[in-house]
Amino acid sequence: MELTTILFLILSLISIGSAVMMLMSRNPVYSVLWLILLFFTISAHYLMLNAQFLAVVNIIVYAGAIMVLFLFVVMLMNLNADTEPMKNYRLQLVGVIAGGSLLLILVSAVMKIENNQPVLLMVGDYGLIKVLGKTLFQKFVLPFEISSILFLSAIIGAMVIAKRDTPSQITKGETEKRSS
Amino acid sequence: MDIKAYIVLALILFTIGVTGVLIRRNAIIIFMCIELMLNAVNLLLVAFSKMHAMSAVAKASPTFASDAQIFVFFIMVVAAAEVTVGLSIIMLLYRNTRSVDVNFLNRLKY
Repeated sequence: MELTTILFLILSLISIGSAVMMLMSRNPVYSVLWLILLFFTISAHYLMLNAQFLAVVNIIVYAGAIMVLFLFVVMLMNLNADTEPMKNYRLQLVGVIAGGSLLLILVSAVMKIENNQPVLLMVGDYGLIKVLGKTLFQKFVLPFEISSILFLSAIIGAMVIAKRDTPSQITKGETEKRSS
Repeated sequence: MDIKAYIVLALILFTIGVTGVLIRRNAIIIFMCIELMLNAVNLLLVAFSKMHAMSAVAKASPTFASDAQIFVFFIMVVAAAEVTVGLSIIMLLYRNTRSVDVNFLNRLKY
């Protein structure tokens, strides 16, 4: 067996195992930590696929920013393992069977592909930040700018949604409390 | 590695995400499963871009393989924006109902 095959198998086993552990663990904090491990293995897959910039972005954005946000929200809510009683095993069994049959159908459809090209391990500089930056700022300038507008609207939307009640309601409640 | 191995890996990760959405009732875990599905699709896109990087089409246009990675990059950007809004919605639900169990959150059905 080649070295890349062994590496691929080890990384795949870790990623599938951490995905399953993310589902099985009762404590949401452990789920977040398993998902961070999964994102690190996916970054290693990106490195094997000549996507060095995407690997770094995956670690920074997903494992660094998004999962820290998840962890922050989980710890803010103070969720324990007891808050989600895992009862109704029959529904869970139905869910697992449905997911398994979806996997079976998809894999059996994929296995019929005649064109089984190898993903070669090769030297290429198209995943480096120099080439990607040139592509991003020459060919995809307009989507880049539109994504900045998307981020702005996401920031404003998150602030508007997560805001506390309107000040008029708070003052009304306080005045009612005072009058009573 | 063959492309089929990557396809099967991405399918397994995607199916684990679907199963998680079906069997878990914690809204945050369901949201994390959606992120898992997004990452499986990203991995598949990068694998396909590398498969076609040496093809004849790629030789005709020099930025062929970079385009696919830019596509994955934009998916990550949209996912980051989606997570902020989704988590704030979950915070709002928790503040109103003191729970993130999706079985309690069935008022939109009616």
